[in-house]
Amino acid sequence: MAQADKQSTSYALPDARGHFGPYGGLFVSETLMAPLEELRVAWEHYLQDADFLRELDDELHHYVGRPSPLYLARRWSEEIGGARIWLKREDLNHTGAHKVNNTVGQALLARRMGKTRIIAETGAGQHGVATATVAARLGLECVVYMGAEDIQRQAINVYRMKLLGATVVPVESGSRTLKDALNEAMRDWVTNVDDTFYIIGTVAGPHPYPAMVRDFQAVIGREARAQILEQAGRLPDALVACVGGGSNAIGLFHPFIADSEVAMYGVEAAGEGLDTGRHAAPLCAGRPGVLHGNRTYLMEDDDGQIIHTHSVSAGLDYPGVGPEHAWLKDSGRAQYVAITDEEALAAFHTLTRVEGIIPALESSHALAYAAKLAATLKPGQHIVVNLSGRGDKDIHTVAALEGIAL
Amino acid sequence: MSRIESRFATLRREGRTALVPYVTAGDPRPEVTVPLMHAMVAAGADLLELGVPFSDPMADGPVIQLANERALAHHVSLHDVLDMVRRFRQQDSDTPVIVMGYLNPIEVMGYAAFAEAAAEAGVDGVITVDMPPEEADEFRTLLLARGIDPIFLLAPTTNDERIRRIVDAASGFIYYVALKGVTGAGNLDTAEVGQRVSHIRGMTDIPVGVGFGIKDADSARAVAPFADAVVVGSAIVRQIEAYSDRMETATQHIVALLKDIRQALDSGETTKVERA
Repeated sequence: MAQADKQSTSYALPDARGHFGPYGGLFVSETLMAPLEELRVAWEHYLQDADFLRELDDELHHYVGRPSPLYLARRWSEEIGGARIWLKREDLNHTGAHKVNNTVGQALLARRMGKTRIIAETGAGQHGVATATVAARLGLECVVYMGAEDIQRQAINVYRMKLLGATVVPVESGSRTLKDALNEAMRDWVTNVDDTFYIIGTVAGPHPYPAMVRDFQAVIGREARAQILEQAGRLPDALVACVGGGSNAIGLFHPFIADSEVAMYGVEAAGEGLDTGRHAAPLCAGRPGVLHGNRTYLMEDDDGQIIHTHSVSAGLDYPGVGPEHAWLKDSGRAQYVAITDEEALAAFHTLTRVEGIIPALESSHALAYAAKLAATLKPGQHIVVNLSGRGDKDIHTVAALEGIAL
Repeated sequence: MSRIESRFATLRREGRTALVPYVTAGDPRPEVTVPLMHAMVAAGADLLELGVPFSDPMADGPVIQLANERALAHHVSLHDVLDMVRRFRQQDSDTPVIVMGYLNPIEVMGYAAFAEAAAEAGVDGVITVDMPPEEADEFRTLLLARGIDPIFLLAPTTNDERIRRIVDAASGFIYYVALKGVTGAGNLDTAEVGQRVSHIRGMTDIPVGVGFGIKDADSARAVAPFADAVVVGSAIVRQIEAYSDRMETATQHIVALLKDIRQALDSGETTKVERA
């Protein structure tokens, strides 16, 4: 199919030093410059290596379960009465979310590079679980850094990682959440650069991580593009994905960048409302700065200190965002909007009851915005939503909000 | 000649190694920092390094992380840090002051505004831990135009090609990070540090300071023969942590530690290794 084979991007970014316009780059201490260069060289090499790509495809097919279906949410679309809504079912992947696409890729790369020890940061625990899973699969030592606050909130994922053989290290510094876990993972890496591979879970961090994680997640958009062409006979009018760090969104968006007729909506967490300050929406309500190795939009105060974020969804509770999203926002190619905790919870319940699919709270933000958007479009139009993860992990959170102790 | 250059020129003539203590500005309270700076100079410090508190100090170990948190509890900002330098300068116009921190507070202030404010306050050098020279062209130019030395780091993982590029971009001095790790970490392999620093000194005329892992007279004495400066941070900050409610005691301990190290450095002057 000629259209499906079309060159997937209209820009060749990042540049050689990892810049997406003014964003991205390499802002790390000197000790990490050499291992990041080693990683960049390896990634650029294996991206062209047929044997590596075959191995990756094989793992994605037989271990992860790809391709994931593109599912038409018929009842839900009819209930809204606007555009048809299609769900890219990343929730059906092994470990229950899109995260594993990236951890499989990076772990295979780590093995090719001869690294024997894997480290990762995690917030809600999804990336930690996906990392511990592939580390078990490949027989690699695995250490996961997790904020002490998050460890208390996500006991099941902590136990899951331990079952998989990972060591979970509580991080007591700063706000004791995801950003501090990332700081601590960087400190581990700087100490153990010789044998350690750091698997970052999102399209943030220093170059080459934003581009590398994008490349591993772009399988989502490549599949979705071919699937919608086959199932609907045309490209969609819009894509919708939630944005924390932004890896599931970039994964869906990137293969459609050159399709100018396809609108793109990244959905941030408005928490209790953008005007309350209690949110996690740097693109909608933050400003550019430098954190975790790259320049991007941040949640920060007037002194440049990173401020606490809030979202009902732990996976979106991060004060930064991938630099490619910052660039897509400024360039106007993608639009960024925000959905409150309340709206996301409503969408969580709706999809569960109307389609029999329990979505992750992160993905529920995308669903809530898709429902709003669909209502403004016609029945002949199509929206693809990235259903980035399943909601089993969120059952306790949702129950607690309704006053139910499980 | 900048204050840093002239200080190193004097030290070199005298065959001495510079002692550079680090404290986080505003730790544990904003009002203690300026008196502590003067006390450290009196105890034998040749240059001072003042940390700008940041919410996410990725390159620092637990001791300096907590120092950052104590300072941030008092909302110590980059403006406040520059104000401390300004007040220090009212009584000390000789001792070079280096501001060390992470890039984001400077990004928010703006590079040009920061360079101007820092120069006006009497800052002599700036270390931005998370800004390698590749990203620093504009910032470096603005600092130099204001007479401030941009100070870059070299690490055990830095290869010769990068060393050459970095020493070319550096001014004031070069900061050699003595170990793979964060500030205040483990024990130094001083033989390895000596070999690396001698190698770097063979490639440049610019003074080379050694930091990360220097915690007492013994470790200072071990690196003194090949280092133009030793930076002591966590060992000092640890005293502030231990006596944060009794700053007089903390200061006494810090002064004693610096005098001890000063003596160790000066006793090693006869064994000073000449430049290649």
